[in-house]
Amino acid sequence: MSELKLLVVDDEPGMRLGVERTLRHYRFKLPNFEDEVTFNISMAETGSQALDILEKDKPDILVLDHKLPDIQGLDILLHITQKKIEILTIMVTAYASLEVAISATKNGAYDFLAKPFTPDELRNTIQKAAKHIYLQRQAQKLAEERKQVRFQFISVLAHELKSPIAAVEGYLRIIEKHMLGESIDKYDNMLKRSLKRLNGMQKMILDILDLTRIESGKKNRELTEVNVVEVAGESIDGVTQDARERGIQISVDAPDMVPINADRGEIEIIMNNFMTNAVKYNKDNGKVDVKIHTDPQGVVFSVSDTGIGMSDEDQKRLFGEFVRIKNDKTKEILGSGLGLSIVKKLLSFYDGSVTVNSVPDQGTTFTIRLKNIPLEKTDAAG
Amino acid sequence: MNEIKKSLLVVDDDLDILEQTKLHLEAAGYNITTAESQKEAEEILKTFTPDLAVLDLMMENQDSGFILSYKIKKMNPAIPIIIVTAVTSQTGIAFDITTRQESSWIKADAIIEKEIRYEQLIGEIKRLLKE
Repeated sequence: MSELKLLVVDDEPGMRLGVERTLRHYRFKLPNFEDEVTFNISMAETGSQALDILEKDKPDILVLDHKLPDIQGLDILLHITQKKIEILTIMVTAYASLEVAISATKNGAYDFLAKPFTPDELRNTIQKAAKHIYLQRQAQKLAEERKQVRFQFISVLAHELKSPIAAVEGYLRIIEKHMLGESIDKYDNMLKRSLKRLNGMQKMILDILDLTRIESGKKNRELTEVNVVEVAGESIDGVTQDARERGIQISVDAPDMVPINADRGEIEIIMNNFMTNAVKYNKDNGKVDVKIHTDPQGVVFSVSDTGIGMSDEDQKRLFGEFVRIKNDKTKEILGSGLGLSIVKKLLSFYDGSVTVNSVPDQGTTFTIRLKNIPLEKTDAAG
Repeated sequence: MNEIKKSLLVVDDDLDILEQTKLHLEAAGYNITTAESQKEAEEILKTFTPDLAVLDLMMENQDSGFILSYKIKKMNPAIPIIIVTAVTSQTGIAFDITTRQESSWIKADAIIEKEIRYEQLIGEIKRLLKE
């Protein structure tokens, strides 16, 4: 149950009692909220009493008579706006004083009730106000949650970007001080490691750009018929150099054409991630098998490697942002920890899914399912 | 110097930082044992008791440094512990082990920021080893 605080300000005792009686046992449910709303009612006779209660009890809803013995109702409204008090005001005006009603609304009143009003009119107005309060609060909560997620992402990001800088800077300082002596050969490994860290950082920045592009611009997508086999071929071309150096063989089992309605750039990012991972986490002289075929709803493809594999526990964490599986086997392999979280985001655009099948030291198979996006539907929406 | 070198355990999951710390601390005259993870450190601690430990805070767990610190102090409360963290400056989460409440569960003797210079780290080590 959820209780809203309501303050009734009126110099006529009959009015105050009437409002109190109408709302005391009044309760209702709001759509989409579990809770039933009830009211805790307090009352004030004068304007100064009202200001006092506003300050102390912080009511949610104010039912305010325009004509008060000391201060005018409008002055209280002004006070509320000036002090930025969060409250919904329902102005009660005498019959036919439309002017007051208008100026009250202008000054921040949420609604008004003309005297005399029926209990039903009062209840309806209050219910409307309560609904407004709950929607506002829900929106606020969502905005805060989003801000929090954003903040977390940025602080992790800052940490991930600072680590390589610190590592490279550390090596440069050692070299600057000639800590290992005068022979340049002694510093070979430090230079190699520095270049590797810088390279990793570069890749991370590219991944972050992918991620922000995906998050900010679904609207810039260009949906066409994409041949997944062709994209896979290009993706394999991209990793061939690395694969060859390590004696890794890549084979493809697919027809010439497997079409999907998609944004080509997105399919490229997805494909590239799985291909690079299959090479990166493979063993020397290992194999990568790529299978692609059409499915009644879209496309299914799988990428299998004969690499280091991973435990069940690691498989569960795999798709989180900045998650990198850290162990002896991965410690020399650099990555941003963003690749698969990017993939997961992209797959959601295709109502897609990915399953992992992995055995430590034997290899990993990723199976990816993508559904066609109907072309005509998105045309109409765009 | 005919004094026996003190043995330090250094734990960091950034291999480059680990390597650099080892180099600097060896140059300062210490014997260094390194571990690349909380798990590896726990293994090493089964058979090895360092004179002091320098622990990175965030490794496979967000609070790996604290966990290790707790375990080392349980083994021997006299082993001084320095936790190195980047948390303070980047996330605004500050730890202050001078307050009684936090020092009661963060069992470290010093918490220092990652950006510090090695001279400062060595100074802190000397202070804790009473050298």
